[in-house]
Amino acid sequence: MSDTHDTYTLKIFRGTPGNQYWEEFELQRHEGANIISSLMEIQKNPINKKGEKTTPVAWEQGCLEEVCGSCSMLVNGKPRQACTALIELYLKETGSFTIVLAPFTKFPLIRDLCVDRTSMFEALKKVRAWIPVDGYVDSGEFGPPVSPEVQDALYTLSTCMTCGCCSESCPQVHSDSPYMGPAAMSQIRLFDSNPTGKLQKSQRLRAALSEEGIAGCGNAQNCVRVCPKNIPLTESLALIGREASKQAIKDFLSLPDAGKQ
Amino acid sequence: MNGKKKKEVIVVGGGLAGLATAMKLAEKECKVKLVSVTKVRRSHSVCAQGGFNIAINLKGEDDSPIIHAYDTIKGGDFLANQPPVLEMCMAGPGILRLMERMGCPFNRTPEGHVDFRRFGGTLYNRTAFCGGSTGQQLLYALDEQVRRQETKGNVEKFENHEFLRLIRDEEGRACGIVMHDLFNLKLHILKADAVVFATGGLGLIYKKSTNSTFCSGASNGRLYMQGMKYANGEFIQIHPTSIPGPDKMRLISETVRGEGGRVWVYGDSSKKMLFPDGTTKPCGHTGEPWYFLEEMYPAFGNMVPRDIGSREVLRVCEAGLGIDGKMQVFLDVTHLPPEKHHRLESILDIYKKFTGDDPRKKPMKICPAVHYTMGGAWVDWPAADDPDRWERFRQMTNLPGCFNVGESDFQYHGANRLGGNSLLSCIFGGLVTGVEVPRYIASLTRSVSEVPDSIFQEALKIEEEIQKEVLGWAGPENVHKLHDELADWMTRFASVKRDNPDLEKTIEKLKEIRERYKKVGLDDHGTHLNQTYVFARQFPPMMEIALVIAKGALLRNEFRGAHFKPEFPERDDENWLKTTIAMYDPAQDEPIITYESVDIRHLDPIKRDYTQAKKVKPTLKNVPTNIQLPL
Repeated sequence: MSDTHDTYTLKIFRGTPGNQYWEEFELQRHEGANIISSLMEIQKNPINKKGEKTTPVAWEQGCLEEVCGSCSMLVNGKPRQACTALIELYLKETGSFTIVLAPFTKFPLIRDLCVDRTSMFEALKKVRAWIPVDGYVDSGEFGPPVSPEVQDALYTLSTCMTCGCCSESCPQVHSDSPYMGPAAMSQIRLFDSNPTGKLQKSQRLRAALSEEGIAGCGNAQNCVRVCPKNIPLTESLALIGREASKQAIKDFLSLPDAGKQ
Repeated sequence: MNGKKKKEVIVVGGGLAGLATAMKLAEKECKVKLVSVTKVRRSHSVCAQGGFNIAINLKGEDDSPIIHAYDTIKGGDFLANQPPVLEMCMAGPGILRLMERMGCPFNRTPEGHVDFRRFGGTLYNRTAFCGGSTGQQLLYALDEQVRRQETKGNVEKFENHEFLRLIRDEEGRACGIVMHDLFNLKLHILKADAVVFATGGLGLIYKKSTNSTFCSGASNGRLYMQGMKYANGEFIQIHPTSIPGPDKMRLISETVRGEGGRVWVYGDSSKKMLFPDGTTKPCGHTGEPWYFLEEMYPAFGNMVPRDIGSREVLRVCEAGLGIDGKMQVFLDVTHLPPEKHHRLESILDIYKKFTGDDPRKKPMKICPAVHYTMGGAWVDWPAADDPDRWERFRQMTNLPGCFNVGESDFQYHGANRLGGNSLLSCIFGGLVTGVEVPRYIASLTRSVSEVPDSIFQEALKIEEEIQKEVLGWAGPENVHKLHDELADWMTRFASVKRDNPDLEKTIEKLKEIRERYKKVGLDDHGTHLNQTYVFARQFPPMMEIALVIAKGALLRNEFRGAHFKPEFPERDDENWLKTTIAMYDPAQDEPIITYESVDIRHLDPIKRDYTQAKKVKPTLKNVPTNIQLPL
């Protein structure tokens, strides 16, 4: 790559539902710049590459440390968090001086790079992604001991920030499909693995057996490749698939389901 | 107010404090309307990396909540009112047990118990943690419980909505809010018997801080402009270790030092420096690593409180020892074993992601950054044994029925917060609020349904008019550029080091920016996800709080905690052991500043010394025997 280029172009798929268009912005290269800092530059001076005054680009952002899940978008077609997308790295790796930004396609578009990911949070309700504690009081006791290995596994599953990259990459998640997506399935595994969460295992697995559940997974394995948190999503999907089948047989035989293994 | 009708409560803010409040209120049979500018699961609490201080003494160190309270009071340089600190520390072990039962994946000892590590400003291993994202995990545990309450109909969420105006009835009691939908700018009225604000810190006033971009401070600014007392504004914590970036300063947690990370620069024996013990010594050996914190503070070493760490980094860099001649020093974990690297994995990965360098192989380059807002809304705290305990309400602001909690209140941390105490103060404050609000509502003689509708309509009308006007603005100033200027002045003159002539100039500059703001033009005049408009509306309350910070700093002629003024190098208890109170008066161009005494009933002020290690067994005076914990 030549270093004589002191600018690069952000090509952004903008607009509102039914009215999307491409707009390009030319920006100066700066050490350490990322997609968010570049969008902030546009915000201060919303002039496109043709020199026309335009509106600032709308996007979602929060922590800028890849832990809140806000700034998901497609960068050069790949779902990821924009805050960790370093401009220089893209220029170097692609050999191109244009970076393409677009909103996610599997969620309702609000405007520009913003989509409404409410469906992911609704899915957390359907799979009962919580521990059914008796009350918000101090019982004076801890739960059962947990080995460091189990803690490590639970922690990894629990770092899911509901960013939606997995759903965006999944061919089975689309407007005609009821599938809740990989993140919710992995949350079933998290809560079913907790010593107290286990008590509601059957109920969660029945959610996995619903038409919105695990049957939707087509084993494309895209999800695990795009997860910014390296959550072993395909492992979760396989496990929930097996557990859900067992639950279906149990339910068929009308066995009691007090969360027993 | 009694009877069968459910008590209605608005909670603005869905971080740890807001969610803890909402969860407890739901349990207390209130109907909660939870308002947040983002999905609550994305709130800034997720950024807290290191840990959660709980003095439960599982490490055989003879730790106790009393020692935790002592460390917190001393760490805050005696500016915090002591009764809330004591009660917070006493509630710690119970809060830990609750969070653990709710599934929060705390790191474990080989025996399977919750593990603890050491954080700054203490000699005890009392910090529980979940890998390198403790705040995220605590927030998720609360978010999950609040979602569970949502499915039961006890909580209704208004996410992607922003608070604009507090509505108060004829007697001045909070009875609702006006908010706008951030997606389409539609204005809405929400009604309630009480309103709780848990809107976090104000890092965005400094633009580049370790805070999320949600943390504008605008909500507290709006309340302040509606008559809320704002306390100790000048106390802003600067964290010693962050990665500088063009969009924000990314935190490198204190955990890294807690696990053995060492701070150093290359020494220069030709230079000399005054050490905290009063001696003057050379700056290490030329060309060799100089572990300046370890030499200056032999007892606490790299684990000195944050304000001290930041000042020493600044001092060393000002002496010309900064790495590459810049305001940065090394934070080194290359000598640590792989299992320590694993415990720090998510933090080290952030560094690698943003710099391209692997901290396992190369020392990190870090610098100080604005991190935490100690000041905030003044809130009440009748102590357990105060005669009027049951006539007042803890966490309530001076506006009746308007509560404030979490980083957005001023309690608990005084002049400097200890690492690991913010998560505890947010959850504790939230649980307290969840108990106090129903008690307040029970004391009312009427419910919000009896408040005349005209009161709500008037508030809505004011907001409708402002919206219409601002959307049409077409002046020459750009609000984002004004923000850059504001942030630049605040960062240079109202952060780690303050002096009076600069602060005077800063106040004049802020007034100039306030004038120029009147000539702002928007680059977007629509109502569809117009983020420029939203920020243009946040900016005036941010400016007013910036003035509160600058003026409070100008007047306070002493050195206390995070407030460092070289011209006045000593803490001055005789004149300045007092809480700064700022009030807004639209007729004046500066905040009205008054002072209140600090409640030091449990511990007399002592020198805040971190040069020597003494695991003293402190005793606190006048500890009430009737403390009721909020869980």
